[in-house]
Order: sequence, then structure tokens, then C-alpha cells
Amino acid sequence: MPPAHGSPGRVLGEFTTAESMLAAVDALLREGYRTLETFTPFDMPELDDRLGLRRSRIGWLVAAGGFVGMVLAYGVQWWANVHDYPLNSGGRPVHAVPAFLLATFEGTVLFAAFAAFFGLMIWLRLPKLWAPIDEVDGFGRASVDRFWIAVGTTGDASGAGSGGARAEEIMRRSGALHTVGAVGAVGAVGTGRGR
Amino acid sequence: MTEATGDAGRFPVARGRAVVVHSVAEGAAERAAIEEYPVAYDLPADGPLTDQLLSPMWTSSHIWWPLFIVSGLLVVLFLYAMAVTFVRGIGAWGNNIPVAWAYGITDFVWWIGIGHAGTFISAFLILLNQRWRASINRFAETMTLFALVNASLFPLLHLGRPWFFYWLIPYPATTGVWPNFKSSLPWDVAAISTYFTVSLLFWYLGLVPDLAAARDRAPGLWRRRIYGIFALGWRGSSNEWRHYRVAYTLLAGLATPLVISVHSIVSLDFAITQLPGWHSTIFPPYFVVGAIYSGLAMVLLLILPARRVFRLDNIITMAHLSNIAKLMLATGSMLAYSYMCEAFMAWYSGDPYEHYAMLVARPLGPYAVVFWLMLFANVVTPQIFWWKRMRTSVVALFIVSLFVFAGMWCERFIIIVGSLNRDFLPSSWHFYAPTWVDLSLLFGSIGLFCFLFLAFLRWVPMVPVSEVKRLRFELLRGGQVPRIRGSAPR
Repeated sequence: MPPAHGSPGRVLGEFTTAESMLAAVDALLREGYRTLETFTPFDMPELDDRLGLRRSRIGWLVAAGGFVGMVLAYGVQWWANVHDYPLNSGGRPVHAVPAFLLATFEGTVLFAAFAAFFGLMIWLRLPKLWAPIDEVDGFGRASVDRFWIAVGTTGDASGAGSGGARAEEIMRRSGALHTVGAVGAVGAVGTGRGR
Repeated sequence: MTEATGDAGRFPVARGRAVVVHSVAEGAAERAAIEEYPVAYDLPADGPLTDQLLSPMWTSSHIWWPLFIVSGLLVVLFLYAMAVTFVRGIGAWGNNIPVAWAYGITDFVWWIGIGHAGTFISAFLILLNQRWRASINRFAETMTLFALVNASLFPLLHLGRPWFFYWLIPYPATTGVWPNFKSSLPWDVAAISTYFTVSLLFWYLGLVPDLAAARDRAPGLWRRRIYGIFALGWRGSSNEWRHYRVAYTLLAGLATPLVISVHSIVSLDFAITQLPGWHSTIFPPYFVVGAIYSGLAMVLLLILPARRVFRLDNIITMAHLSNIAKLMLATGSMLAYSYMCEAFMAWYSGDPYEHYAMLVARPLGPYAVVFWLMLFANVVTPQIFWWKRMRTSVVALFIVSLFVFAGMWCERFIIIVGSLNRDFLPSSWHFYAPTWVDLSLLFGSIGLFCFLFLAFLRWVPMVPVSEVKRLRFELLRGGQVPRIRGSAPR
């Protein structure tokens, strides 16, 4: 049962164009709403500054993955060919650093890529095949051609930057196709972590 | 308005970046206006555009089934030739001593080279912010994956006892023996397995938003469920895109050095030996350039028919085709320069074996026909791309691509068999001729590639829908309607 208007939760607005959605985001920000999350069919870096989203820090994870891969790849080669089974191959030094660098490079790239992919999955808590927001009528078009805004609201209907009915009105004035009243509690909807 | 200023003060770090974003968008529109051909035209609205690009997944075309069956038959041939190789061993091939590497390694080097253009187009060009790549990068990446499937089969078959392939992997075996990392062959294993894995992750991550669109557009519950599982629950939230964007660009950045490293490492299989024709420091760049060149030809061979059958003219335009033609002209010229360097150094070094291998055995020896065919196909035919008319002619592009596709195979053959069959001692020279098993493996691998690619066209979004929608958004916002110049050039 969706909670009634005015209780803490989120209200949603559906827009047909990116421009009207951006205008609505600006209007909501002007009115003091801060817990905004958007759902768009394509990447919109324009939203980052509006929503106060910092650049993703996943790069550090990738760097760490690359470092682990580098150490592991060189370590395996050293263990195998220098320590555990020293092999005289054409009179080359047993610890032949240049020969070991190629597989070390590949190991670095491989583990950095693993960190990028699986790190992203963990960071975004994917796979997540169902979320309450999927039950909203027409939300599926967020991946096709519609732009959605989810606004976090508190129970205080009259409070600046917190009332659900007010947020719906702002979105409708900015050209929303339709709006949906409070859907679940903040954090329970969508992917969470709007800000 | 004071509140708006307050916002600006609230997010000072983000402000600067927003400016960059806008100028990128405007830059793309400006470039689109300056360039002779639009990167897209007649783009419908996002909804119909999505349906246009996903429709091949819901409806079968007349030509698909016959092609799928023919390539399936070639796959059967491939499997049969593999079974023969398993049962009878490498003796079923035409290999001899000194030609211990022949079709098997030729096909391997050729296929892995073809894969390179995929990563080049998708990863290199994303880092250079070349937005025209958006509509062809999925084709190119898929080509990379399937070419690598073929490429990795050949060295495994060549092991002699392919069922012990896992001996190549360093694991603590009861025998206490490890791979020798001072040999180039474990380098190959590391390079190819890394390349395949990274390409697969990059490809799949790029697919996720499009699989989400397929999930939400698919007719029928089961398709929705299947695409829904593969879409991993992607909802396109601002938070998802923020991390996705960086992870995807980082994967592109990681794939880019692989374009350079993988074929460099493959070329070291040859360059670190003493054999005349192989022992050369030019090999790594020479192989990389040839790899991208052959891959670009393959990209054209794939997108020209697909563009026609699936009516993608508005998304894969003359801008893409003529850009690929220019890239082919550039890489083909670098390749021609490498051929010249090889010949010049053979003479200038004063090494009699090198001199004989390069300047006598290749142009006049038993494989002279293959050598001259290689020179004609790889050096002469792309020269027609100096003319704009040829760069924008679908027929010319297709024919030149076919020549380069075959010419690059000839190059691998000449490097491998042409060098091995005439080594240091004339008493050990031996002519090589392929057996039916060799030929079946070559054509069977082409069949497997087509089979996999046709399956991809049918079941996977073949154009990055989400990126094309972004491109449309930028073109629109740059004050430019998608319909640039009214009608389609050709």
C-alpha cells in the first residue's frame, strides 16, 4: 500500500524531454529540495553539478586492483621460475626481470579491469533485479525515452523543500507528464544514495 | 535569484566541470556542422529510435536464416576438422620440419589482428572523444570478441595434445613443474587471456543500459525476464550513471594499451628467434599496425551489409564509412612503410641470410604469388581511398576491404611459412602445402565467426542505443536538428 500524501517518502515525476526534466530539477533546487535522484535513458553529466554529485571515486579501486594484479603476476613468475623451480633457459639469469615484465603488465591490466567491473557492481549494489520503484506505472520507459525525477520528502506538507504535494506541483509546472505521490520511504526506493 | 546563486556557491567544484560538459556538447555539434557528412540524420525521437535499433531482435529478416544455416554448416566442418586433429594429431596438417608453424599460427595471428580494430574503435576513440564512434562501436567490440575466440583456438589445437591446455596456466601441479616465463609462449597466454577478458567486460558493461532498454521494450514475458537478468537491474539513476561513466572510461583506458601490447607480444614469438625474416626489432609496431588495418577491413565487411539489411543508414552514415577508409589509408601506409623498412634493412644490414630471405626468397621463391598478392592487396588497393568518391562508395569500400582481409592473411602466411621454408641450410629447405584439414580449419573458423556474429545481430542490441540517444540530445542542444542537410548522401 503506497503511503498517503504528506508522509515521508518520495514523489516521482515523469518528463518527456531532458530539457523539461532539467528545468524541473532547477526549480526543485530553488525551492529547497535537496534529496533528488533522476532516472534517464542516457548519461547526463549535466546533472552532476545540480545534484551535487562528486566525481566517482571508483578510480582508486581500479588503481588498487591494478597494483594487486601487478604484485600477484610478478610474484607468481618469481615463485615459479626463480624460487620453486629455478630453470636455466639459454644461460639467461634465473631472475630475468625484462622477461617477467610482459606478463606482469598483463596481470596489472587484468586485475584493474576486474576491479572496475566488479567494483562497479558492488558499488551500485547490482544485480538488483527488483526495486519498489519498478512497480510505478510507466517507470520502465526511464530506460527508453522518459526522464524521471524522484524527490525525497518529509512528512511536513508545508515545510520548505520537504513537502510532497508542493514538489509534485513544481514538477507539473515544469512540464511533467504526470507525477506519482509518495512511494515508500527514502532509501527504499530506486537505488538509494541519491546524493 | 539569490537562491540560484546560493546553489552555485553550494557546489563550487561541480561548476567548473559543467562548463566543460557544455563545451564538449557544443564542440560535437560544431564538428558535425563542419564535417562533410553528418554523423547521424533523420533521427526519430528517443522512443521510435530505440524501437528502430532494437527491432532486429524481435523480428527475423529473410536473409538471416539462410546465412545462419550456411555458417552453421561451416561450423560443423570446423568441428570435424578439429576432431580429426584431436584424433590424428598435428600429422593431419601439412606441417613439416622446418615448416613447423604453418596454417595454425597464420590463422591465429590473422584472427587476433582482426580483433584489434574493435578495441581501437571503441576504446581509443572514446578516449579521444570521437563521438562518431558511438554507432559502430558495438559492432567493432563484438568483432573483437569473436575474432579472439577463433584466435585462441588455433594455438590450443597446435599444442599437439590440446587436452593438456591447462598446463599453460601456472598452478601448483603435483609434477612440481611450472611454465617457463622466459619463453614467449606463456606471454601469449597472459596477453590473449587478458585481452579477451577485458574486452568481454568492456563489451558487457557497454551493453548494460541497452539490455535494460531491451528488458523494458521486449515483447513477451520470457524475453523480458531474460534481458532483465542480463541487464542486472539497471535503472539509469543519476547515481548509477555517475559511477558507470567513470568505470566505463577506465575500462576503455585499460583496453587501449592492450591494443598495443597484445600484438606486440604475439610478434615477439617471432622476433626473439634467430630466423631470417623474423629476427627484427620492427616487428611489434609492424604487427600492431597490420592488426588494426585488417580489423578495420573486417569492420567494414560487417557493417556494410548490416547497415543495408537493417536500414541503419541514418545512424551509420558516410561520415563513419569515410572515416574508416581514412584510417585504413593511414594504417595501410604505415604497413607499406614497414615492408619497405624490412626490405631496406635486409640489404643495409649486410646479413646474407636476411638478404636472401627478404630480397630473393620472398619475391621469387615458391610463395612468390602469395607475396605479390599481399603487396597488391595491402599496399596498392587502399590507395584508391585518396579519392573522396572512393571513400564514399559502398562498393569500393567493400571490395577494398575484401582485398585487405585476404591480403593480411597472405602477409601472415608469408611471414611464417615464407620464412620457415627457407632457413639457414639449403639442405633442410622444405616446401609446405596445406592439407584439407588446414583448409577446413581456416574456412571453418570464418564460418564460426559468421555464426557467432549472426547470433549477436539477432539477440543482442547491435548499436549502442543509449549512446546514440545521447548523441541525438547533443545534436539537438547544439541548435542542430538531427536532420542535418536534409537528405541522406547516397
